[in-house]
Amino acid sequence: MRWHRIQALLIRHLYLYKRSFPRIMDIVYWPVMELLVWGFLSMYIEKMNVGGFNAVTVLLGAVIFWDFLNQSQKSVSIAFLEDIWEKNLLNIFVTPLRLSEFFISTLLVGFVRLILVGIILTVLSFVIYGFNLFSLGFALIPFVLNLFLFGWALGLFANAIILRFGTSAQILAWGFLVLVQPFSAVFYPVSALPQLLQPLAYLLPSTYVFEGMRSVFATGTFSAPHLWGAILANAVYLTVMIWFFFKMFAYVKREGKLLKLN
Amino acid sequence: MTHIIEVEHLVKSFGSVPAVDDLSFGVEEGTITGLLGPNGAGKTTTIQMLLDLITPTSGIIRIFGKEYRSAREAILGKLNFSSPYVSLPGNLTVHENLLTFGRLYGVKELRRTIDELVDFFEIRDFLGKMTYNLSTGQLTRLNLTKALLNNPKLLLLDEPTASLDPDIADRTRALLMRIQKERGVTILYTSHNMEEVEEICDRVIFIQHGKLKDQGTPEELITKYGHEDLNDVFLSIARNPS
Ligand SMILES: Nc1ncnc2c1ncn2[C@@H]1O[C@H](COP(=O)(O)OP(=O)(O)OP(=O)(O)O)[C@@H](O)[C@H]1O
Ligand SMILES: [Mg+2]
Repeated sequence: MRWHRIQALLIRHLYLYKRSFPRIMDIVYWPVMELLVWGFLSMYIEKMNVGGFNAVTVLLGAVIFWDFLNQSQKSVSIAFLEDIWEKNLLNIFVTPLRLSEFFISTLLVGFVRLILVGIILTVLSFVIYGFNLFSLGFALIPFVLNLFLFGWALGLFANAIILRFGTSAQILAWGFLVLVQPFSAVFYPVSALPQLLQPLAYLLPSTYVFEGMRSVFATGTFSAPHLWGAILANAVYLTVMIWFFFKMFAYVKREGKLLKLN
Repeated sequence: MTHIIEVEHLVKSFGSVPAVDDLSFGVEEGTITGLLGPNGAGKTTTIQMLLDLITPTSGIIRIFGKEYRSAREAILGKLNFSSPYVSLPGNLTVHENLLTFGRLYGVKELRRTIDELVDFFEIRDFLGKMTYNLSTGQLTRLNLTKALLNNPKLLLLDEPTASLDPDIADRTRALLMRIQKERGVTILYTSHNMEEVEEICDRVIFIQHGKLKDQGTPEELITKYGHEDLNDVFLSIARNPS
């Protein structure tokens, strides 16, 4: 693994962001709008004074965490699509670049975006709703990192699908995250799901993170089992998705479709 | 003469159709070699296999005496590729593109290298331009600049002069010959312009339906087939059903 090649791709993406207002807006716009909608809703619910339910922390925490996951998946896929849109994959892969280096560079692009969104949402939710994300304390960082990695794994899956079926499969690939949402117990606990679906929820790393987050808000103590559940599930997803991407890449090379991707 | 590329019994089938069919040839160091053949003969497929972008069905490819499975980085670090059908990102400036690919190749003294190449290809005036704004001729020169960033020993070019006007095509040919002479780069390239091939190629390789039909220097082939020029040789070979 060579850092100069990873750095080359990272800087290449930063060039794009530096210049493009729509790209920056894409990072800022959606999360901020969601924050506003859910923020005002939770203020309203809180005013109705539903007993024992701290709407602001539960909903706002969930919205922000969900955006971290969303952001991570999206940035990996967009970083990949930039090269397909610009027909640049061939140029990149006739350099000594390895797939693993390519992966790491998309991971870093995602990380930059995550930090940006993180700062904006944290500041805005504090200023507008008086919600302090850092009240999660130490648990915040490992939980967010797990969401980030899961998003990356899902993004990799979307990329593998796009590699295999072309950009017409984009919509499908994007839709995958939406499929994950109802079962991740984002806004409600797993126990709110029908009995039958509850085991399904525990197959997703995101579920452990959201459950863990709620438990910190509710009890004020850090929940190690939830963190371990997330790490374990993530390890499985990452391994499978990386393997799947390698498979699809080999398929594309066998079928001679790298030049024909669009 | 040492062979910088050795291809032995190379086969590539897409489904049941062979695009490259038991192809064997060698490319000598320091030459410009033309890979010729009718549309669909398998030239692009062959070039892409030489670049490890398409996995062969069977056969052996040795570049610099090495195989991809054991020496991918060593091989790719010392060759480069360019084709008008493969663009550099349009949404970066020319300079950003060169910096990006220079970094990907790990070029030492990148700024100086870019500076030299920019003069060689006379593209200094539009370094700051967005790449999508370049004309076809300017893009060709940018692609070639990118292709020389890593000081390659071998250049694989797929139709580098396609869609260029006669003037720019002529200048591109001159550049290719200078690259070969001044830098000792071996060039394997495809073209449908037989006049051009005759002018700049030391050797040519004819393929059809993925099979080797003939090879040699342009003069040898013209004599062998009893024709005036390479264009007629091409027609004889392409129209001969055997
Ligand atoms: N990815 C692919 N899947 C299926 N068939 C393919 C693929 N790529 C090429 N072929 C087929 O393989 C044959 C060789 O194609 P190739 O592009 O190598 O020809 P070429 O010599 O470069 O032609 P041209 O002069 O038109 O560029 C053609 O019949 C083509 O249809
Ligand atoms: Mg071709």
